[in-house]
Amino acid sequence: MNFELSKEQEMIVASVTSFVKEESPLERFRKLRDTGAGWDQGVWQQMGDYGWLGIAFPEDVGGIGGTFVDMALILEQLGRHLVPEPYIASVVLAGGLVDRLGSHDQRHAHLPSMIEGKASLAFAFSERQSRYNLSDCLTTATSTDPGGYRLDGEKLWVLNGEAADTLVVLARTAGEQLDEEGLSLFVVPGDAPGVSRTAIQGMDGHRTAHVELDGVELGADSLLGEAGGAITAVEWAVDRAAAAACAEGQGQLSELLSRTVEFLKEREQFGLKIGSFQALQHRAADMFAEVELCKGTMILAAIKADSEDPDVRAPEISAAKLQLSDGGWFVQENALQLHGGVGITDEQDVGLFFKRLRVLNSLFGDADYHVDRFQRSKAF
Amino acid sequence: MDMDFTQQDLSFRDEVRSFIETALPKDLKQKASLGGAYTADETKRWHHILYERGWAAPHWPQEHGGTGWDVTQRFIFGEEMVRANAPSLSPFGLGMVGPLLIQYGSDEQKSRFLPKILSGEEQWCQGYSEPNAGSDLASLQLRADKDGDEYVLNGQKTWTSAAQHADWIFVLCRTDSSGKKQEGITFLLADIKNTPGIDVKPFLTLGGTPAFCDTYFTDARVPQSNRVGPEGAGWGIAKALLGHERTGIGGIGSSARWLERIKRIAAETPVGRETLLDDPAFRRRIARLQMRHRALSMANYRTLAAASRGEAPGPESSILKLVGSELGQEITELAMDSLGQGAQSWFEAPAGTIPEHTRELQSEFCYARAFTVYGGSNEIQRNIISKNILGLPTR
Repeated sequence: MNFELSKEQEMIVASVTSFVKEESPLERFRKLRDTGAGWDQGVWQQMGDYGWLGIAFPEDVGGIGGTFVDMALILEQLGRHLVPEPYIASVVLAGGLVDRLGSHDQRHAHLPSMIEGKASLAFAFSERQSRYNLSDCLTTATSTDPGGYRLDGEKLWVLNGEAADTLVVLARTAGEQLDEEGLSLFVVPGDAPGVSRTAIQGMDGHRTAHVELDGVELGADSLLGEAGGAITAVEWAVDRAAAAACAEGQGQLSELLSRTVEFLKEREQFGLKIGSFQALQHRAADMFAEVELCKGTMILAAIKADSEDPDVRAPEISAAKLQLSDGGWFVQENALQLHGGVGITDEQDVGLFFKRLRVLNSLFGDADYHVDRFQRSKAF
Repeated sequence: MDMDFTQQDLSFRDEVRSFIETALPKDLKQKASLGGAYTADETKRWHHILYERGWAAPHWPQEHGGTGWDVTQRFIFGEEMVRANAPSLSPFGLGMVGPLLIQYGSDEQKSRFLPKILSGEEQWCQGYSEPNAGSDLASLQLRADKDGDEYVLNGQKTWTSAAQHADWIFVLCRTDSSGKKQEGITFLLADIKNTPGIDVKPFLTLGGTPAFCDTYFTDARVPQSNRVGPEGAGWGIAKALLGHERTGIGGIGSSARWLERIKRIAAETPVGRETLLDDPAFRRRIARLQMRHRALSMANYRTLAAASRGEAPGPESSILKLVGSELGQEITELAMDSLGQGAQSWFEAPAGTIPEHTRELQSEFCYARAFTVYGGSNEIQRNIISKNILGLPTR
């Protein structure tokens, strides 16, 4: 049992930290949230140059061969400064699936350019009715001659869905709406005929897309992995995205706590620093406890995220996601409360963290979903 | 970063596990399987068995009878004891006054007291709190006046857990009222059974059990040789110990046992044609607490990992007490809910009307109210966190 960072990990954290401080102050995020894709191609490429996008990919596609924990450490620092580039969407979700399931040609066609920061990916899985059920899929992939597929359907809340060069799309090749069997994944060029994408600006300043698939004709080589057997990999990928959300959220929670404590030390009312009032001190102490609990569950989720075995992986990720949602919410709401009136102004930065964290709570399974999944698992 | 144990650690775990399996007496095993509410005598028996094996005080230095295990091994040992639901030994001797004597006691005191603490032959209790000295412990008033080579004690201690079973008591007394209140406090050891003028009166708690006592001192004479450290140094000594107490009272092991027990009770509780354990709403409530327990365990692992690098438990250990005590209470609240209308039955419910061996459950539920009070109330823990960790200003 060891929770110390290795020398290499310390170096990664140090370099991400200094990069985000210099290259990605919150003013950059504020500018980007109102324009275009919501993130910056140049910064994405810089992240690629530093090797952060490829940290957990094998060397044959230009990666570094690291672990999920390495990735979590990067995400924590990116989260601290609200870096809006599509790390979870592109690297963790779509990139993870292409790496895990892709043929030699598919991996080499899509991963190196993403790892270098020259392209980005997205994973289209959610639908209007699916909520958090990954098997709930109405989008169909019909076989065509000779050996190709035609996609029809609609995907919602596709993270980075508009800007992505390539989409990984979950569609049904067999079975009924809720069946676990019969789900398949396809690699679809973002500009393929029949694909239309509408960007939706999120409350966190990030972009998701509404993707309509209307008779999208694909070749046989677009199938990612085995036809009909995608659910195991999809669960794996979304679990890892949940763990990644915990890592990113951890950065934001730490930042909210330290900003709140600083505010309590400076703000004066009744002729005293408000941080000397016990009612406020005790809230801050409880915020500290929740941030510490988040940190522990986040670390454990990151360690287990590399496991192929859902019995090993899922309970820890659910525990972490619950802690992010519940404990994290306590920190969010109190950060605003303790900032008083300025906490609800757009000008004060705490609100930016508040909104991003609230969005993370709703991604990849909310608290109720993860509690329910846990009670159905072997860990119960 | 990893959560793995070494091969060596794993074989150590097997050794501990098989020892407990063979050494825990049959009747105690029976109790263990039902949740384990052990009497003082049963706990003492288990203490003696561990002592014979040399495992009574794993955290003590080897020269005084410790095991020489590293932090991870001690952790594994603790986990296995919890897993087997074996009695947890009384903390007052082994966990409190023992380590304190090792650090501050004279050679005579060490050789007089440590062996019998180790063997369990002499049981201890703690005399700190008084009716007017709770969270503000330093305002304690139990007087110790010098008379020849003795101190004469007058006053009262309260909340002295298990004093009715104890042979000795360690007390904080006031030897000087002239200066700062922290400065006139002295640490004494008293023979609680045989000293004339010490009277122990157990009182009932909400749970109907005599968990605590009032302890009265009326011209009780204690030899000066039973003073630990110099006169007036008691506060510093006690503070060192309180820090130690906080790390041990998150109740993580006990909470894990209660969660399992709630599942057993729920599985035995009929609801219509099914059981309570089939009810998704009730399962989710258990799951939430179980997941919170995992978060707490991880905080504990992190503290442990820091300790294994030789770092002292910092004020961060306060979150273990804070979170652990509240979780422990919530778990007993869920346990009560598991009983439905049976929650109203006290000790003498007719057999079969509520699940067997849950009759002390209400008692535990009531006693659990003390979790957030003892060992420095949770409000005190929050003060510590806000001042020592977050650096918030004092008035």
